[in-house]
Amino acid sequence: MEVPFAFLVGVLFAAGLYLMMQRNLLRFVFGLVLFSGAVNVLIFTAGRLTRGRPPIVPEGLAAPPGEVANALPQAVVLTAIVIGFGLIVFALVLMLRVYERLGAVETQELGPALQRGAAEEDA
Amino acid sequence: MNGLVAAPVVLPLLSAAVLLALRGNRAAQRLVATTAAALSVLVALWLLVQVSERGILALHFGGWPAPFGITFVADHLSAIMVVITAVMALAAAVYALRDIDPDREARGYHALAQVLLVGINGAFLTGDVFNLYVWIEVLLIASFVLLTLGGTRAQLEGGIKYVSVNLLSSLLLLAAIGLLYGLTGTLNMADLARTLPEKDPGLVTTIAVLFMVAFGIKAAVFPLFFWLPASYHTPPIAISAFFAGMLTKVGVYALMRSFTLLFVADVGFTHTILLWVGAFTMVSGVLTAAAQSDVRKILSFHIISQIGYMIMGLALYTPLALAGAVFYLIHNIIAKANLFLIAGIARRLTGSFDLNRSGGLFKAAPFLAALFLVSALGLAGIPPLSGFWAKLLVVLAALEAGNWVMATVALGVGLLTLFSMTKIWHYAYWSPLPEGGRLSARPSSLLYAPVVALAALTLLLGLWSGPLIALGDAAAAELLDPSRYVGAVLGSEAGQAFAAEAALAGGGER
Repeated sequence: MEVPFAFLVGVLFAAGLYLMMQRNLLRFVFGLVLFSGAVNVLIFTAGRLTRGRPPIVPEGLAAPPGEVANALPQAVVLTAIVIGFGLIVFALVLMLRVYERLGAVETQELGPALQRGAAEEDA
Repeated sequence: MNGLVAAPVVLPLLSAAVLLALRGNRAAQRLVATTAAALSVLVALWLLVQVSERGILALHFGGWPAPFGITFVADHLSAIMVVITAVMALAAAVYALRDIDPDREARGYHALAQVLLVGINGAFLTGDVFNLYVWIEVLLIASFVLLTLGGTRAQLEGGIKYVSVNLLSSLLLLAAIGLLYGLTGTLNMADLARTLPEKDPGLVTTIAVLFMVAFGIKAAVFPLFFWLPASYHTPPIAISAFFAGMLTKVGVYALMRSFTLLFVADVGFTHTILLWVGAFTMVSGVLTAAAQSDVRKILSFHIISQIGYMIMGLALYTPLALAGAVFYLIHNIIAKANLFLIAGIARRLTGSFDLNRSGGLFKAAPFLAALFLVSALGLAGIPPLSGFWAKLLVVLAALEAGNWVMATVALGVGLLTLFSMTKIWHYAYWSPLPEGGRLSARPSSLLYAPVVALAALTLLLGLWSGPLIALGDAAAAELLDPSRYVGAVLGSEAGQAFAAEAALAGGGER
């Protein structure tokens, strides 16, 4: 069960990195989203996968009998998703502000746009 | 009693909440922010005293014993870092009273500075790798907003680089943590220290290198530092100075923690990489600095070159080298942040950060010139200032390890640092103001207060270096003997068992 997930993680990492190496800032953010998804699946898989065995302790026992799903990676992934959501939203808003103020979405246009802006302010 | 360990995180968290509630009231915000910063210093000092007296303190949240719950651990290194963070936060808070404009204050500068403090102190104190990631994210998001607060074009352009590279490094860190958990089934650092030696050394080293890259980006080491000089010069000086002093040092701290406690299975491989990384960081930082003319950019590149010394101290991995690295951390945070603060005052006098457009400061502000000399010569390592002892310790450690190459590199980079500092001195202070330039009136004495205090600290640590060297020795002794850390977190029996096994493994190798 883990092996197909390992391949999935690899594909997501590759796609994320490909997008991140683009010059368009928006594509960079999309790459970041894929990369972050890849990491989340990676953690989930690293905690070993089980099906249909919830980690519930029956009454009268101190530990669940037999093998159950590992709850810790799920808690970790949940935290990571929330944090990732906040950071990616911030990144998107930042890109938007950059587009508004500098009028550029391609990385190689940022430097010239900044210099143009400085020249306008001086004049 | 061990609840004290959480105080450096809880206090700024509470003040951030209060400051957010006071958003409309500028005077109240300023009062609360400075009071909270002063209180933080007291709390941090108290923590350091407690750690010195009682050894490593551990706090298990919610009463869940380690390794099941989240643990906070304060050893000497953590406590020292918490103290220096609080001191720098106080200096920045006082400087900010005159440096940060009302618009940025209204947008929540004070509350954000406290949130940044929450993240930094959390990262220094946590004893759990996933929790470390969470605190790093807390400080990161606060730093993102602080860096771009105000939204000038330069800030936005610098912000893009800072945000994108740091987000990537966080994701790499998270991936490394996931793999580490998959390998060991635990996230508690003490438990990891106990479990990792039993695992396949090849896999452990692979994960170690992933951690090295992730923390290396945060610490701005060669060749992962390019985001730093592209962004650190854009926000107001009070923010730049605190970033310059503290943020990369969180990365350095994380490297020091993980490569003494967790990844010591193959020191010959990992620490040799770190050694060369340190050397290239020192050299590339100092050489690029020589080509700059904006004071803030010169100083930014020097942050990088100075980090090389700390990485070198960690990589040599001897008691003397680690003590030197700790001393270097403290010295560098103070001297570097102060140079930024001084550059801010100089800018108020001459109207420019560009060396070609400034001058005449020695005549106009001899006191400022003296303060600059103390910090600049301290950074370059001229006796009797603090940098001298810091460099002496790491160079001695390199010689002791028989590593002549590193000792030579360290001394050569010191010389080039002196060159950069004399360059600033020559253009901004010694030579006359260029044609058409005009010096403005003397800036507020409130701006001078933190600068004088930090310069005094640089001088004090130089003339009276014994106590800090002793603290560095204590921190190094703890770092090199992880059984004490394990014992404090998992109970003394576990610590003794760990020490016995480590001795057995060490004996087997010989």
